Amino acid sequence: METLIQQFINGLVIGSVYALIALGYTMVYGILGLINFAHGDVLMVGALVALQTMLFLMGMAPGMSPLVMLAIALAVAMVICMLLGFTMERLAYRRLRNAPRLAPLITAIGVSFLLQTLAMIIWGRNYHTFPQLLSTTPLQPIPGVFVTPVQIAIVVVSALLMVGLLLLVNRTRIGRAMRATAENHRVASLMGVDTNAVIALTFVIGAALAAVAGVMFASNYGIAHYGMGFMPGLKAFTAAVLGGIGNLGGAMLGGVVLGLVESFGAGYIEHLTFGFLNSSYQDIFAFIILGLVLIFRPTGLLGERVSDRA
Amino acid sequence: MITLLEARNIGKRFGGLQALSDVSLTIRKGEVYGLIGPNGAGKTTFFNVLTGAYTPDGGDFVFNGSELPSGKPHKVVGRGIARTFQNIRLFRDLTALENVMAGHHIRTRAGIWGVLTQNRFTREEERLTTERAYELLRYVGIERFADVVSKNLSYGDQRRLEIARALATEPQLLALDEPAAGMNATETGQLKQLIQQIRNDGITVMLIEHDVKLVMGLCDRVAVLDFGKKIAEDVPAVVQKDDAVIAAYLGGGKHAH
Repeated sequence: METLIQQFINGLVIGSVYALIALGYTMVYGILGLINFAHGDVLMVGALVALQTMLFLMGMAPGMSPLVMLAIALAVAMVICMLLGFTMERLAYRRLRNAPRLAPLITAIGVSFLLQTLAMIIWGRNYHTFPQLLSTTPLQPIPGVFVTPVQIAIVVVSALLMVGLLLLVNRTRIGRAMRATAENHRVASLMGVDTNAVIALTFVIGAALAAVAGVMFASNYGIAHYGMGFMPGLKAFTAAVLGGIGNLGGAMLGGVVLGLVESFGAGYIEHLTFGFLNSSYQDIFAFIILGLVLIFRPTGLLGERVSDRA
Repeated sequence: MITLLEARNIGKRFGGLQALSDVSLTIRKGEVYGLIGPNGAGKTTFFNVLTGAYTPDGGDFVFNGSELPSGKPHKVVGRGIARTFQNIRLFRDLTALENVMAGHHIRTRAGIWGVLTQNRFTREEERLTTERAYELLRYVGIERFADVVSKNLSYGDQRRLEIARALATEPQLLALDEPAAGMNATETGQLKQLIQQIRNDGITVMLIEHDVKLVMGLCDRVAVLDFGKKIAEDVPAVVQKDDAVIAAYLGGGKHAH
């Protein structure tokens, strides 16, 4: 029973991170029909920039409160990633907007390699220890079940960001312009929406969420390095497809479901395979799901409901 | 009469097809101006060039005394030209109200910061936008469908919604591309009243239409396009009797008599 609850909590935590990343995929897909495979690497940049900022602050102001330090690091990471998202769209994707679909897709993969290589040059090939600014002493709400404050923070912050994004998209002038652009660029521009600005903004918001997700991911595992964006990027893409790509609610649901499946899978895979596979094979679950969804329900759990596109 | 829009020698070519050649016309403030012509004459292309969706190969537009930017639709809307489409192009999955509110986008200013902080200015602006959108829905007579997703509206109501959305951009010139297409006689009659109402409220209307009765009954002046050239421009009664126009519509030309 403890294992069950423990795995549920672990799944919820990692699922929230997937959901945040998946939102970036799904927003860009909704508005451009583009799978931005460099999105996972934005997360990596976010984590490493935050790491760098923390190290800098620790050197400059050793007495600073950890929370303030974390907030500054997060803010810097978000700003850098937003600039990165903006630049990516402006330099790589905008000029390919009317090109055949394969061209921007391949370009996205190219951007992904570019970011990884740049990060490798800047931060080296080593794994860096990510400073734990929040307490990692686990709490025991139920005997035998452990939750760290970092994990609680991840779930709470993710939930707040997701609610905020939903309100932004569904309730505001900017969100309306995003939905209008997602439905039809040309008509939106003929109704006075500056669609280039809206598309740039979509990338910027997605990148900001990825930066937050990167800091969370690195905090959760205590590690950051130049290739750390690849796997969560792929998983989040799976989550977006699972929920129905282009659909905001779907990305959130898909992220959490994927996190749970993975977590339960990792917890029970040894029993299920009679010891043949152990929990280090947990990654197979995400991709089994991706395969199954694409074969049996390509529109995802919630379908590509255009009304929720952004 | 004050000139609102002057098109000067507009040309547009698509590969080997000269869709518009040297088209000049003048629209006066407060009139209903008809643009007619056989299929493929270049009427819709003219709208597309005017609204900035296409860049013309030659010529320019002077609107309210200064030149229109070409190739920047949202700027043209900002200057006060709105349009509807021959084949309806609503934001299908937005509600009727949201469609109209989206049309008001260019007249509102809340940026990402205001939207995130929900400051007083943003909330007030959003409230006014909502209020105005309801007003416009009432104006075109579909207020009761405000919360219906627009693809579920009837055909005639979708056409009205498109007009309401265009009006939400607060245009001085409203360009209607075949607004009566696919309408029955009753709906066309109501549309005629609506267009007259819009004109009486001070908005100049430019109209592409195939329904000759509607055009002749509604327009103050009419221009006729044929194979991308303007072949006539005058009051409906004169245009109706013009030889070149009759020839264009019936085929053949003068020599075939």
